[in-house]
Amino acid sequence: MILVYIEEREGKVKKYSLEALSEAKRRADELKTDTCAVLLGHDIEGLAAELFPYGASKVYILDNPLLGRYSPSGFTVALASLIEETAPHAVFFAASSLGRDLAPRLAGRLGVGLASDCIKIEVEADKIQVVRPIFAGKILATLSFRSSPVMATLRPNIFPLMESTQGSGEVVRKDVVAGEDDIKDQVGEILKEEGAELDVTEAEIIVSGGRGMKEPESFELLKELASVLPHAAVGASRSAVDSGWIDHQHQVGQTGKTVSPNLYFAFGISGAIQHVAGMSSSKVIIAVNKDPEAPIFKVADFGIVGDLFLVVPHLKNELEKALSD
Amino acid sequence: MNIFVFVKRVPDTESKIKVDNSKNQVIEEGLNFVLSPYDEYAVEEALKLREAHGGKVTVLSVGSNETNVILKKCLAMGADEAVLIQDEKPESYDAMRVGKIIAKLLKSKYTDYHLLLFGKQSMGADNGQVPAIVAELLSLPQVNVVTKLEVQGTKGMAHREIEGASEKVEFDLPAVISAQKGLNDPRYETLKGIMMAKKKEIPVISLQDLGLNEEEIAPQMEVVKMDVPPPREVGKVIDDEPEEAAKKLVAFLREEAKVL
Repeated sequence: MILVYIEEREGKVKKYSLEALSEAKRRADELKTDTCAVLLGHDIEGLAAELFPYGASKVYILDNPLLGRYSPSGFTVALASLIEETAPHAVFFAASSLGRDLAPRLAGRLGVGLASDCIKIEVEADKIQVVRPIFAGKILATLSFRSSPVMATLRPNIFPLMESTQGSGEVVRKDVVAGEDDIKDQVGEILKEEGAELDVTEAEIIVSGGRGMKEPESFELLKELASVLPHAAVGASRSAVDSGWIDHQHQVGQTGKTVSPNLYFAFGISGAIQHVAGMSSSKVIIAVNKDPEAPIFKVADFGIVGDLFLVVPHLKNELEKALSD
Repeated sequence: MNIFVFVKRVPDTESKIKVDNSKNQVIEEGLNFVLSPYDEYAVEEALKLREAHGGKVTVLSVGSNETNVILKKCLAMGADEAVLIQDEKPESYDAMRVGKIIAKLLKSKYTDYHLLLFGKQSMGADNGQVPAIVAELLSLPQVNVVTKLEVQGTKGMAHREIEGASEKVEFDLPAVISAQKGLNDPRYETLKGIMMAKKKEIPVISLQDLGLNEEEIAPQMEVVKMDVPPPREVGKVIDDEPEEAAKKLVAFLREEAKVL
């Protein structure tokens, strides 16, 4: 059995968890085994039905009022007992901020290997192996496991969702063994940024600016452009962040976030190796730069040599026209 | 306050990484090695906390003898002590090994600590697992990817970065914290610091000293192969007038790339 940890926020299942579930189902079919999901928290049972169409044959519910808010130590105790009882072949998480926090703690408790931020899951001689970027994607490493269960976090926006529309299965409630002493690091409150936007790691389109933006105010141009595009977020290069023009949460690259959107716009970004490492797995890359020699054009599917301050307003108009058709 | 900071020696971010396919290892020759960037924030935070609350900052690294260079840098920044836990085994990309070594070290040699600080991930392995593994093995609270940290007596409060927001977490000390960019601005070494660091001896602890045998800490994963990703196909580049260029780009996105 492959077990998939399903994340929810504000009562909604995260899309990246459904991607991990869909991939688990595909690999479980290859291994001739089944796929199960686990929901952990409080008042979450209602979400179980949403998981069947994506391949879950069984959904475990670990409901406990003490675990209504995230705690890595508390969630680890609860999940470890489910895993000991159900003995899955593999446990998948999304490589989200939560998955990348919880999965290693659980791996520590179980004493097993965990592959972070995988972009490919393969079955080789009835065993799971994974491909994950190291050095922010400059190298792809294929890893096999000596320990069981196999544990992996799966990068968002890489694994396609299953297209099935129907599905049913079993809902199984389990006792939660975690008590108050197990909860050492519970989230108190969630602080949203002013005008909280979509995070670059979750966005389907990223509109990024670099040194060529020249000043903080010009990021408004990119925000406006992002606002006409569906599921778009504003990104930035390290030099724009280090110049203080935009918050580091937006930084894409080796000291920022590694992203794989469907569409990546690089405005005034030269294409330093540490930036390209963080975005070169984007499906389509567009570059606008004044310098025809800028290395960003080597990775771009479509480049415009020109002044971004003149191109962006026209681009916004054209996109608005195209998207309203 | 007794603070331990765990750091790693990594190739700098401008490095072009090459692989020895016969050994499934990165070729270290010709690379410029530095203190992993997120670890700098951890060191800086430890120094700031010591300035505010008093105490001692000890920097530790698991690695080969070459790691001394980055430990010297941490001493030059202002750390009180640096210790090398010598492990000559090449990088396995398995965090469990290092996590177990650190947990054993803290259980057997340094039992008196208030805060264990890490970078949120090492540059290169990009795992971000060691802090959580250590926290679990020592039954400590963990807050990872931290952009704000406050400590008062035996209590701590941290902001942890998540998608489009932050989580506020309160916890008891001792605790494991991993640093994200934005936590602080790391200081530069001073000339005086560099001179003092030069003279300072760095004690070495071996895995045998910790009573660890190779079997207990054997990597749980194996590198099957390493590949350089295929280069992207070179696309088209135009230099038309802005309005015309924008039209062509939108046509490309709709008709050729089909992403809109």
